[in-house]
Amino acid sequence: MSAPALQDAAASPPRAARRIDAALVALILGAVILWFAPVGMGRYGTYVLSLWLVMSIGVMGLNLTLGYAGQTSLAQAAFMGLGAYATAILTTKFGVSWYAAFGISGLLTFAVGLLLGFPALRVRTHYLAFVTLAFSTLVWLVLRNEQWLTGGTFGISNINRPEFFGIKLFGALEFHRFVVVVTLILSLALWWLIRSPWGRAFTALRENPVRAASLGIDTRAYTLLAFAIGSAYGGFAGALYAPLVEFIDPSPFALSQSFSLLLMVVAGGAGYLFGPFIGALLGVVLPEWLRFAGSLYLILFAAIVLALLVVCPQGVSGLAERGWNVLRRKSGGAR
Amino acid sequence: MSSVLEVHDLHKAFGGIKAVNGVSFSVNEGEILGIIGPNGCGKSTLFNCILGQLEPTQGAVKLDGRDVTNMRPSALNRLGVSRTFQLLQVFPELSVRENLILAGQEHQGSMLGRLFGARDAGLSEKAEQMIGFFKLGHLTDAKAGGLSYGQQKLLDAAMAFMAGPRLVLLDEPAGGVNLTMLGDLKERLRAINAEQGATFVVIEHNMDFVMSLCTRVIVLAEGRMLAEGTPAEVRANPAVIEAYLGH
Repeated sequence: MSAPALQDAAASPPRAARRIDAALVALILGAVILWFAPVGMGRYGTYVLSLWLVMSIGVMGLNLTLGYAGQTSLAQAAFMGLGAYATAILTTKFGVSWYAAFGISGLLTFAVGLLLGFPALRVRTHYLAFVTLAFSTLVWLVLRNEQWLTGGTFGISNINRPEFFGIKLFGALEFHRFVVVVTLILSLALWWLIRSPWGRAFTALRENPVRAASLGIDTRAYTLLAFAIGSAYGGFAGALYAPLVEFIDPSPFALSQSFSLLLMVVAGGAGYLFGPFIGALLGVVLPEWLRFAGSLYLILFAAIVLALLVVCPQGVSGLAERGWNVLRRKSGGAR
Repeated sequence: MSSVLEVHDLHKAFGGIKAVNGVSFSVNEGEILGIIGPNGCGKSTLFNCILGQLEPTQGAVKLDGRDVTNMRPSALNRLGVSRTFQLLQVFPELSVRENLILAGQEHQGSMLGRLFGARDAGLSEKAEQMIGFFKLGHLTDAKAGGLSYGQQKLLDAAMAFMAGPRLVLLDEPAGGVNLTMLGDLKERLRAINAEQGATFVVIEHNMDFVMSLCTRVIVLAEGRMLAEGTPAEVRANPAVIEAYLGH
C-alpha cells in the first residue's frame, strides 16, 4: 500500500460556506422584518422591541467573550453602563454628536475591556468571574457616587436621540428603525469576525488553549481581543440604550444586570450567532408576555429558564440545532 | 550535518523531584530521533521544557543555534516547531477540515490580514491534501469529536504538519492506535520526512514502532540520559535492557 503523495491528494471546494450564507440571509431578512414589525404596535410595544435589540447587542458581545472564546465575565452590564454614561455625558454636557459619542463609547469600552482581559491571562473560570465581578461593582459605585460627573442616583436626563442625515429620530418608530440598522451593522461585523480565522482561533482558545498555543495561536492576544471586542459591544449597546430611554441612572448597570446578560447568553445558546437574539428575547420580552401572571411572573420566568436549561444546557439554539439534526437524519434516511 | 535542535544541560525540578536532571542532546536536520524510557522518566517534561510549556530550572534550548529557552509555545510554533501531545488534542467541536485550517492559519499573513482575508486563510486546498494524505477523506466535514480514537490520532498528527514545520516533536503518536493505523501512521511520517525533509523527535513506548522508524534513539531513566545510539546499539545496551527493555 503506497501513501498518496502530499501534493497529489484530491482537493474539493469547501462546503461549509453554505451554512454561513444562510446566516447572512437570516440576519438581513430579520432586519427587514423588524423594520416593519412595530407598525400598529404602539409606543410601548415599539420601545420593548428596540430594547430587545439593544440588549441583543450587549449579549452579542458577551457571547463573543464567553460563548466563543470561553472567557467568563460578569461585567457586561458595567460596560453597557460605561457606554451609556459616556454617551449621555458627551452629548448632554459637551454637545458632542451622538455618532462621535457612539464611537468614543466603543473605543473607551474596548480599551477598558483590554485592560480587564489581563487578569484572564493568569486566571480562568470562576476565579476570572470574581475579578470581573469586582470590576462590575467598582463601575457601579463610581456611577452612583461620583455625582459631579454621573449625577449619582439622580442620573442624567434629557438625553437626545440623534438625527440621521437630517431626519429626526425622536419618535419611537423612527428610533426603532435606527436601532434596527445599527444592530444589523454590528451583527454583520460579528458574523464576519466569527467566520474569519479569528473566530476559529477564539473557538480554539475556548476548547483547548494549550493545544491552540502549540499551533501558533497567540492565546494572549486573542484572550485580550475577546475581552476588548466583547466589551466594546457592551459599550455600543449602552450608547444606544441612553437615547432609547432618554434618562439613565446606575440601577440598570448593577451586578444583577450582568447576571441577567450572562443568563441571556446561556439561555439563548452560548457560541451560537443567533443565541443573543433568542436570549435577549427571553430576558426582555418574555417578562412582558408573563405580565398576565401579576406578581407570579418572576417565579414563572425562573421556572421556564430552569426547565429550558435542564432540557438543553446548550440553550434554545442548541435545542434548535438538535431538532434540525434529527430532521436532517430522518430526511437523509428517507432518501 | 547541522543541528536543528540543541538541548544543553536541561534541568526541571518540581519541588524536590528532579523530573529532568541534566539532559543534553542535539537533533540533526532530517533525522528521526526516538526518546524512550520507563513511565515517569521525564520524557514528556523534557518535551514541555523544550517547547516552552514549562520553564526549565536550568539549561538552554537552541533552535538553529538561536537561544529559544522559555520562548512561548505559539512563538516557537511560528518559527517552525510543531508538536503533538501524549493525550489527544484535537478540537472536538470543529470539523476535520476546520481543525486542519486552524492548525495552519496563524502562519498565513498578519493578524489583521487574517481578520479581513479569506475565511479559510487560503488553506482549504492544503487541508484537503492533508486529509487525503492521512486517509481521512470520508471524514472531511465530520466533527473531530465524533471520530474514532485512531482517526483522531491521525488528525492530531496531520495538524502538526499543516504549517510545514521543520521540526516536529511527537509525544507517543502510536499510543492507543490499532496495528493497521499504526502502519499507516509510520508510513506517513516517513513520507513527510523524505518529501519535506522534516526533522522528528518521537517519544514512544511501542518499541517496534520506535526501532523501525527512528535513525537514532536516546534512552532516559530517572531524568538522566542512560544511553544513546542507533536502534540496534540501544537494543543491545545492557544498561538499557536492565532499566527498561527487559530481558
